[in-house]
Amino acid sequence: MDDLLREFLTETNESLNLVDAELVRFEQEPNNGAILGNIFRLVHTIKGTCGFLALPRLETLTHAAETLMGKFRDGMPVTAEAVTLILSTIDRIKLILDAIEKSEQEPSGGDADLIDPLGRMARQEAAAPPQVAPPPAPAPVELKKPDAPEKAEKHDKPAVERLDEERGDRLANHSIRVNVDTLDHLMTTVSELVLTRNQLLEIVRRNEDSDFKVPLQRLSSVTAELQEGVMKTRMQPIGNAWQKLPRVVRDLCAELGKDIELTMRGADTELDRQVLDLVKDPLTHLVRNCADHGIETPAARIAAGKPAKGTIRLSAWHEGGHIIIEISDDGRGLDLAGIKAKVVEKGVASEAQLAAKSEAEISNYIFAPGFTTAAKVTSISGRGVGMDVVRSNIEQIGGTVDLKSLSGAGTTFTIKIPLTLAIVSALIVEAGGERFAIPQLAVLELVRAGNNGEHRIEHIKDAPVLRLRNKLLPLVRLKEVFRLGACDNENGFVVVTQVGSQVFGIVVDGVFHTEEIVIKPMSSKLRHIPVFSGTTILGDGAVIMIIDPNGVAQALGRAAVAAARAENSELQSREEEADEDTVSLLVFRAGSQQPKAVPLSLVTRLEEIDCRKIEISDGRHLVQYRDQLMPLLRIDGETSLKKEGAQPILVFSDQGRSMGLVADEIIDIVEERLDIEVSSDRPGLLGYAVIKGATTEIIDVGHFLPQAFEDWFRRRDPSAAPRTRSVLLVDDSAFFRELLAPLIKAAGYRVVAAASAADALAALKSDTRFDLIVTDIEMPEMDGFALAEAVRAMPAAAAVPIIALATMVSAETVERGRAAGFHDFVAKFDRAGLVAAIKEQGADLNRAA
Amino acid sequence: MTAMNDTALSDYVTFTTAEQMFGLPIECVQDVFKPSRITRVPLAGPEIAGVLNLRGRIVTAIELRSRLGLAARDEGQVPMAIGIESRGESFGLLVDAVGEVLKLPDDEREPNPINLDRNLGRVAAGVYRLEGHLLVVLDIDRVLDLSPEAAAA
Repeated sequence: MDDLLREFLTETNESLNLVDAELVRFEQEPNNGAILGNIFRLVHTIKGTCGFLALPRLETLTHAAETLMGKFRDGMPVTAEAVTLILSTIDRIKLILDAIEKSEQEPSGGDADLIDPLGRMARQEAAAPPQVAPPPAPAPVELKKPDAPEKAEKHDKPAVERLDEERGDRLANHSIRVNVDTLDHLMTTVSELVLTRNQLLEIVRRNEDSDFKVPLQRLSSVTAELQEGVMKTRMQPIGNAWQKLPRVVRDLCAELGKDIELTMRGADTELDRQVLDLVKDPLTHLVRNCADHGIETPAARIAAGKPAKGTIRLSAWHEGGHIIIEISDDGRGLDLAGIKAKVVEKGVASEAQLAAKSEAEISNYIFAPGFTTAAKVTSISGRGVGMDVVRSNIEQIGGTVDLKSLSGAGTTFTIKIPLTLAIVSALIVEAGGERFAIPQLAVLELVRAGNNGEHRIEHIKDAPVLRLRNKLLPLVRLKEVFRLGACDNENGFVVVTQVGSQVFGIVVDGVFHTEEIVIKPMSSKLRHIPVFSGTTILGDGAVIMIIDPNGVAQALGRAAVAAARAENSELQSREEEADEDTVSLLVFRAGSQQPKAVPLSLVTRLEEIDCRKIEISDGRHLVQYRDQLMPLLRIDGETSLKKEGAQPILVFSDQGRSMGLVADEIIDIVEERLDIEVSSDRPGLLGYAVIKGATTEIIDVGHFLPQAFEDWFRRRDPSAAPRTRSVLLVDDSAFFRELLAPLIKAAGYRVVAAASAADALAALKSDTRFDLIVTDIEMPEMDGFALAEAVRAMPAAAAVPIIALATMVSAETVERGRAAGFHDFVAKFDRAGLVAAIKEQGADLNRAA
Repeated sequence: MTAMNDTALSDYVTFTTAEQMFGLPIECVQDVFKPSRITRVPLAGPEIAGVLNLRGRIVTAIELRSRLGLAARDEGQVPMAIGIESRGESFGLLVDAVGEVLKLPDDEREPNPINLDRNLGRVAAGVYRLEGHLLVVLDIDRVLDLSPEAAAA
């Protein structure tokens, strides 16, 4: 292609994008002469160059547009139709330009359909009696002036020179155009240079007094500067990807009869141009979606008590080595019922499956392939290619897209993409004999943890935590996440990491140093692993994986459940669904054919034990398990142990002791609302419930624990032996009352159960002396906090210690609880912790007495 | 010697894994190298042996034995790697030993026997009857397509 023509195409395309954005602004501020001047000049430039390059079709078209805009400049009022017409003209120009780019000549065909109305509009207004505008003279002289000399030499100078002159007043003369490939190549070379520098540094590190040391330091800093410089050349403000959006929204408003304002924040946030290119289309699609599906019509908005004008907010900012782009609208929010209906209709999931899902999970179905909820298919969105493409495009560049929707209040999409395939500083750590890189941006601090040191890793049931400056830090063991073998020791380093607002610790075996690493994209075969964001080559030449703290944070939520080897119920969802009272149940068969169930949260582990390892001693079945003897119990004494092969065992752990319940077969893990319909007098059985259509026996684990540990309670703590104390147990859930009461009884207390805070207060008033109150926090009407405050206000009971049962213990809950007067917190499923806490409070009481 | 022009010839890089001889069209083979310092990737599928650095490129090593559902290589037996470029990415197919390049006529390639092992059948693109042994031609795209496994993992 002719150089001149290529230059023209590049330049013109850029100008046109500017015109788009400017025109929309112009429509909003028709009196802003500066904007109009810009647009006019751009179109004028295109026209001039067309004439020079012999592109008559383009020239005629731009001429017509220029004439109309000239009229505006002369004061003709700007109408919405006029802007629409000019925008369509610009679209046509783009079409023609595309064709020229492909075939190097103008496509055949005419543009009378646009030129005529353009001309008409210009003439009509001109013919009408002048209101604001001066008579239809070509243009006032004083305005014409700046253009005049140019016109004169229009055909004397090569287009490029002329273009440069025109741009002179806008852009500094010292900017040049560089082919993107050149920059890419430069970047690759610099990456290699950084790697080589790292290798040299590694060598010098080993030979302390090398002559190379000083020059190498110099080389190192120069390399760093060079790297930074080259990176800068590739960075572009995200605003470049947003340029088209005002136009898109404007067109949609016109088409859908809506009134929408698009606000943008952080348009100057920079990111790598390659990433920018890839994120453009998904962004446009999301904005279209907000305008089409999200924002209601003005009438509907007013009816809902909102301002008639809807708002779409676009914002971008940097966070932890990523760029976050948020697109939110104040529309109606996602239509969850519609999504559910669609999911069922498309056979993606059954209604029963949906019933068990949280709102967030249901919302995410909009990212499923071929999904659209728009009742009528419009030309804007709802063509069935949509959100799934958006998501896959974003994931392709290593990003994530998330959505939050509030019915009636709007939807927010959050896109998180890596800044670049650039070079970042990373902490090199070791876990399970392998090295990994953690991006430094996400790391807050490093803590050494050990039994002898200041910081010790502690456990709440199976969840490792660390006390760090009065905060409880949840920990995740890298080795466990990566399944690189068991974590037997309590020593290691804790990399305190922040993802969004979540702070947590990653436990690693060792920490080496920080290194500037070049992020290389991950192999397509590994991209499905969420805990990695890329690969890199270290100074010593080894390839290591880069950890995505985001992915690890997700693993944090799953860790507890992973221990029970159940993959499909997350702690988060349990938390969300706690108010719906659904419980994860492990359904199994043992002895009889009738299915049995036990809350999954009580099960520490599922194991299959080789039958040959089961020993019989003193009439009891025992097995060596994790260096201890674990008693095996049979639910009804009938269950026969298998003679050979693997015996499935449900392991329950309590204060380091474990007990195994023998099962014939593990059937399923279900998420169900638990209604014990018929209670049972049979020991070891709480009652019956219908689970997945089958009558199921609900097992009372509390019955079996003392069986296994009867000797243990006594041996371990003889002082706690029965001096009968009373415990008031408050829980609105019958299930938990029945589950916990036997446990507390087994620990040697008298238990009075209350089904609500009101009942509890009544019991306290009725003169019964209680030594301790154990209460649930989340209860209807009056919650645990309120109960605690009420108890504190009762003179007779004010001194009774209160232990709170919490589904999730967060720092805030603990703080609030302390203020309300709780003495201790125990996780609801932590039975061992509860017994210990009861004993501890009891001991305090002894001392106090 | 009259029908010479009808018989197109193709070059195959041959190699053996678990005593079976395989061939890959020479166009899809970039190089052959001895893999060193393979970094294991936790949580990756069994066919991913790991990642390694080959002259500054990051290569994903795929264990052909696992890919075909065969037993693991004996300890101490050092694998060889066949370098492959596919869709802009570098892969190394780990095999037991690399043989010579053979020039074979296209029309002698026979379809997969119907009783071929399912794992093998999925990735095989035909068989040559050579003197003394059979050569299974692999379809590299199918060898590298781990998607169903990836989804299941």
